[in-house]
Amino acid sequence: MKLTRDLLLDAYRRMKTIREFEERLHVEIQTGEIPGFTHLYSGQEAVAVGVCAPLGPLDYIVSTHRGHGHCIAKGCDVVGMMKEIYGRRDGLCKGKGGSMHIADVTKGMLGANGIVGGGPPIAVGAAIACKRRGDGTVSVAFGGDGSCNQGTVFEAMNLAVVLKVPAIFVFENNGYSEHTGADYAVGSRDIAGRAAAFGMPAERVDGSDFFAVHEAMQRAIAHTRSAGGPAAIEATTTRFYGHFEGDPQLYRAKDEVRRQRETMDCLKRFRAVATDHGLAAGELDAIDAEVLTLIDAAVATAKASPPPSDAELTTDVYLSY
Amino acid sequence: MAQKSMRDAINDALHLEMARDPRVIVLGEDVSGGAGGTSGEREASGGIFGVTKGLLPRFGADRVLDTPISESAIIGAAAGAALAGLRPVAELMFADFVGVSFDQLYNQMAKFRYMFGGKTGCPAVVRLAMGAGMNMGAQHSQAIYPLLASVPGLKVVVPSNAYDAKGLMLTALRDDDPVMFFEHKALYPRKSEVPDGDYTVPFGEAALVREGEHVTVVALARMVVFAEKAIDAVQKDGITCDLIDPRTVSPLDADTILESVENTGRLVVVDESPPRCSIAADIAAIVASRGFRSLRAPIQMVTAPHTPVPFARELERAYVPSPQRIEQAIRTVMQE
Ligand SMILES: Cc1ncc(C[n+]2csc(CCOP(=O)(O)OP(=O)(O)O)c2C)c(N)n1
Ligand SMILES: [Mg+2]
Repeated sequence: MKLTRDLLLDAYRRMKTIREFEERLHVEIQTGEIPGFTHLYSGQEAVAVGVCAPLGPLDYIVSTHRGHGHCIAKGCDVVGMMKEIYGRRDGLCKGKGGSMHIADVTKGMLGANGIVGGGPPIAVGAAIACKRRGDGTVSVAFGGDGSCNQGTVFEAMNLAVVLKVPAIFVFENNGYSEHTGADYAVGSRDIAGRAAAFGMPAERVDGSDFFAVHEAMQRAIAHTRSAGGPAAIEATTTRFYGHFEGDPQLYRAKDEVRRQRETMDCLKRFRAVATDHGLAAGELDAIDAEVLTLIDAAVATAKASPPPSDAELTTDVYLSY
Repeated sequence: MAQKSMRDAINDALHLEMARDPRVIVLGEDVSGGAGGTSGEREASGGIFGVTKGLLPRFGADRVLDTPISESAIIGAAAGAALAGLRPVAELMFADFVGVSFDQLYNQMAKFRYMFGGKTGCPAVVRLAMGAGMNMGAQHSQAIYPLLASVPGLKVVVPSNAYDAKGLMLTALRDDDPVMFFEHKALYPRKSEVPDGDYTVPFGEAALVREGEHVTVVALARMVVFAEKAIDAVQKDGITCDLIDPRTVSPLDADTILESVENTGRLVVVDESPPRCSIAADIAAIVASRGFRSLRAPIQMVTAPHTPVPFARELERAYVPSPQRIEQAIRTVMQE
């Protein structure tokens, strides 16, 4: 299927926004001003954007601890996200959630998650709601290679098959869970095969190729609509930084990231074929400049924003109590 | 005697016992790290908090098992290994992840001895890193020891310093029942005098950290450090306190607390958990029922609020009981 210029320009803008958001956080975290610990998504942008590009606001995604990219791809407000990561009063979650718990239900973004494997069962629940609405919407569970070893994920996959609900399980295989290689921890070394064994179509795609991810996602959506059950995608990718900021990455070959930045950078790869798709380099340069301005403004606004007041501590536990 | 951090003190205990008892094994996520990595570095981690460092190089991959992210299976495997004669130490990393593995803890491990008519125990140690103070948010900061202390069959250890942590860990490793060993993340780097050799600290025996006459303060883990600050502050006004660190909350040394309250007549309990169904509430109930006649003032509980742990610095600071709030509670009981 031919992709429209608008879709492609928007996809590029989102990937670039994620990249610059994360690269800037990598710098800002060194200042010590950002609380807590942060897992950056740099390197994996084509997965979030390829998966979310065909989705609308009524479709759902459920994310992970490495969630900034998913949020941006699904349309969360970038300034609100930055404020949240800085722990500010008017952050997307009022400073109560932080980097690992950003959510915006109005955008169909049902939350990042601090618990590995916490998300997929929730995505199945949202898929039940999609099915009841009967409007062709879907629910996506993002997860890493590490998450596919969690029992909750097995249960979620089987439940989605049994209930025939439009859930799409997206496994981002970036080669590592924390400091352990996927080739060790995923016993079969075949995540797509594992998903397929539950009884759903599953394919492996090159996660640094936006076009490949996008096409796989369209096939997955078409399957949920025609057959009514779930589908899975394993996207091979890499993270350009450590597991969390400050990770010395002793488990990784010295020049691995440098090489991967050359061969697996989804933005470079997108630009390399952009003209084939009718996009001019100048258009992409203009987007780059706009994105940088947006990120500068987001950081400046976040730094200048007030913290929550102590009275906020006990609100929002319940609606009424 | 050497000054050691709580991290190194617990590491010491693991080294000593693994050398002494070949039945001890360690399992968990990244307890060694580096498996399947591209650098060839086999101990790339030594535990996310560095507590299991050096175990893999010394004791080998047969006894130091890096696991996938599968907490139910990690805890269940520890339970099974213990039934089959090993002495497993399972690391859950953040205590918050206990939720994923809860059935294996409270329906399986905890109940074997009783359900099997006392024929077998389950000598497993589960290590859990807990506590707020590092802005890690609602799912990486909880002090959830009351949840496990409420389960019959589990023992629950909550050390406040490096010396106790090592001695309690050696006791845990030699205990014949399942032990939940809570390590406060903010205490890992804190140092105290720790002997190099083998020594144990018994379960169910509180430490009298400070002696005084006016108020009994009971505090756990990091709250012991905060309580000491509060006690220093009120001492300037001539108020002196007993400071009791129970060290284990299951079993709980109620006698030491009751004896102290008999002398002081006033009790302040400090606990980083939310107040409902907490250790603070438990201790307050024990003293209210068994020490009622000694009390000269209503018991003060200084706890976290009934909320999840917030992320923002300012909110988390307001969440964790502070030395100032403890000091205020001491002054309040002194007014009666
Ligand atoms: C239940 C649970 N266990 C362990 C962790 C600690 N942890 C956080 S991220 C992570 C690795 C996740 O690996 P993967 O799913 O591949 O995602 P990636 O970090 O590569 O994006 C681990 C072990 C956790 N947050 N939750
Ligand atoms: Mg991974």
